[in-house]
Amino acid sequence: MADTGDNVHLTVEFSGGLEMLFSNRRKHSVSLPKISPKGTPVTIDFLVKYLCDHLMKDSRKDLFIMEDNVRPGILVLINDSDWELEGEADYEIQPNDNIMFVSTLHGG
Amino acid sequence: MDQTIRNLREQISLCERQLHALKVQLNNAEERAILEAQAKPEMSFDLSGGGQDAWQMEILGVLGHESPRKNAWPLMPQEYKRYGRQLILPEIGLNGQLRLKNTSVLIVGVGGLGCPAAAYLAGAGVGTIGLVDGDIVEESNLHRQTLHTTEKVGMSKVDSATFYLKSLNPTIKYVSHRTHLNPQNAPDIFRHYDLVLDCTDNPASRYLISDLCVLLGKTLVSASALRMEGQLLILNYPPRAPGDSSGGPCYRCVFPKPPPAETVVTCGEGGVLGPVVGVMGVLQALEAIKVIVDDSHLLSSQSETPSLLLFSAYGTPPFRSIRLRSRRPRCACCSEQPSVSLASLSSGSLDYQLFCGIANPANILNPRERVSPREYAKTLVTTRSVLDRGLPKDHVLIDVRERVQFDLCSIEGSINIPFSQINAPVRSNPSTREQSVASSSSPSTNPDQNAMEVDGKVSEGQRNELVMPWVHFIHKAALEKPIYVVCRFGNDSQVTVKKFKEAGLDLSGRRWVGDIKNGLRGWRTHVDKDFPEY
Repeated sequence: MADTGDNVHLTVEFSGGLEMLFSNRRKHSVSLPKISPKGTPVTIDFLVKYLCDHLMKDSRKDLFIMEDNVRPGILVLINDSDWELEGEADYEIQPNDNIMFVSTLHGG
Repeated sequence: MDQTIRNLREQISLCERQLHALKVQLNNAEERAILEAQAKPEMSFDLSGGGQDAWQMEILGVLGHESPRKNAWPLMPQEYKRYGRQLILPEIGLNGQLRLKNTSVLIVGVGGLGCPAAAYLAGAGVGTIGLVDGDIVEESNLHRQTLHTTEKVGMSKVDSATFYLKSLNPTIKYVSHRTHLNPQNAPDIFRHYDLVLDCTDNPASRYLISDLCVLLGKTLVSASALRMEGQLLILNYPPRAPGDSSGGPCYRCVFPKPPPAETVVTCGEGGVLGPVVGVMGVLQALEAIKVIVDDSHLLSSQSETPSLLLFSAYGTPPFRSIRLRSRRPRCACCSEQPSVSLASLSSGSLDYQLFCGIANPANILNPRERVSPREYAKTLVTTRSVLDRGLPKDHVLIDVRERVQFDLCSIEGSINIPFSQINAPVRSNPSTREQSVASSSSPSTNPDQNAMEVDGKVSEGQRNELVMPWVHFIHKAALEKPIYVVCRFGNDSQVTVKKFKEAGLDLSGRRWVGDIKNGLRGWRTHVDKDFPEY
């Protein structure tokens, strides 16, 4: 994606089967506007909706979000840390962040 | 005559002397045997070679050992040999080995995770190993469940594993629990163990096991695997009472809400590679050993920061460690005011199956929209002779399994449109859509030449289609012929029929669109018993 001063670039990764909803690719380069339409810095919350609308290649949105949140059973990791350590959905995305969505596995 | 008598007397005398000598030897040997038998369990080193000399007794006296008959060493002689290669590791040493020997570990689930975990823990000399599983060995287990063998198919998994483990290490104790875990039987099983390994395969068990470990103060090593990935967590470590924030988080702290049942994929549905689940089971054994030998909770960085280890066979890097949160202040199990208690478990008021939900088989079509495998077979018999370019002439059969499964086996003349493509989102932007067609696999038919031609035409047609890639394709392939949809078990086929109708493929009711009940499983049961079961 073109590098412009108005955008923030980050890496988004999917694991645990979620990659199947995103063209079977684990790693994606994503570029978001620095400021959301609301006039505030973009957050994880914004990213999740953006991914649903632009990157997801499956109409079954409920496999990724439920009631406007990431569905139960998916861990959101910000630079290899549980997002609960970083402010969850309100975390403001920084340049070059690595945001990972991991679906829990249950097989054994 | 006198000579004969003399000879015989001499022979008898010789034999009597030989007999006497033999009796003396026997007597000596028996005495030694009794002494050795008395000394054996405690004998720490071999002083035999013909009785005890006074000087040896003296040396032993100087060394502080009262008698060579009594064991002077903390481990048995054969244990020094058996565990020698790990005993000389500073992380293990004598104290670590004694800890292993005095520890009891419960392994819940003797499958892809439990088998390697049990083997390594038995090999390492964990004193007591308990195995819980209510399943029997099946042929489809053997590619990954390494303790079970072909001749054990049909045997209880616990018995099969115990048989193997006893020959691997006969010196430790094995306890069999041939049952599925439930809230009523679990507390009595768990009580007898120091450490628990969750090697199960479903969310309900995972919550139950975690809850019990918190309530009974046990550390839990939990792992899971699917397809090419695995996850590993050490929970309730250090194990502290509910409400003590210095304890490690439990499963509910990390996953307060269970995933929707329909998002849970089993190994049977999603597949799993043996070494992938094997790696995770081996890691569980490793983490268990680390927990056991580390009494102060200092060695393991786990105690500092709880973490989740992710393994992905194709990941770069394949292993990643994720920092997790600590105990959740309002956790339903390990917080100050938990709603989970031993009483609520035993009373049955906690229903884990209900909590995690059950994915019911789809039942969204009416009977007129469904045919049995036999009914479809009749249709096929009448049209088989008139297959036109690889396709049946008077109807279309669409198989919605993913391509890899379709390539394993399919009904002759069926066309493959993977369910994932049927669920591809509708794109209004033509350029985006074209991209998606190019990158994802396009609909394809049975891989014979005639069918491939059909395939080629389809892709060409798709490029002009702005809505759903498969709608135009089906219009072209089926014209106005009836459309039958089939999948593996008969769930996705129903969803597909509904989607087809929503897309107008039933031509306002002029065309029949329906599915084959019970999918290819039903096909195998009722029509073609040679159709591969996978």
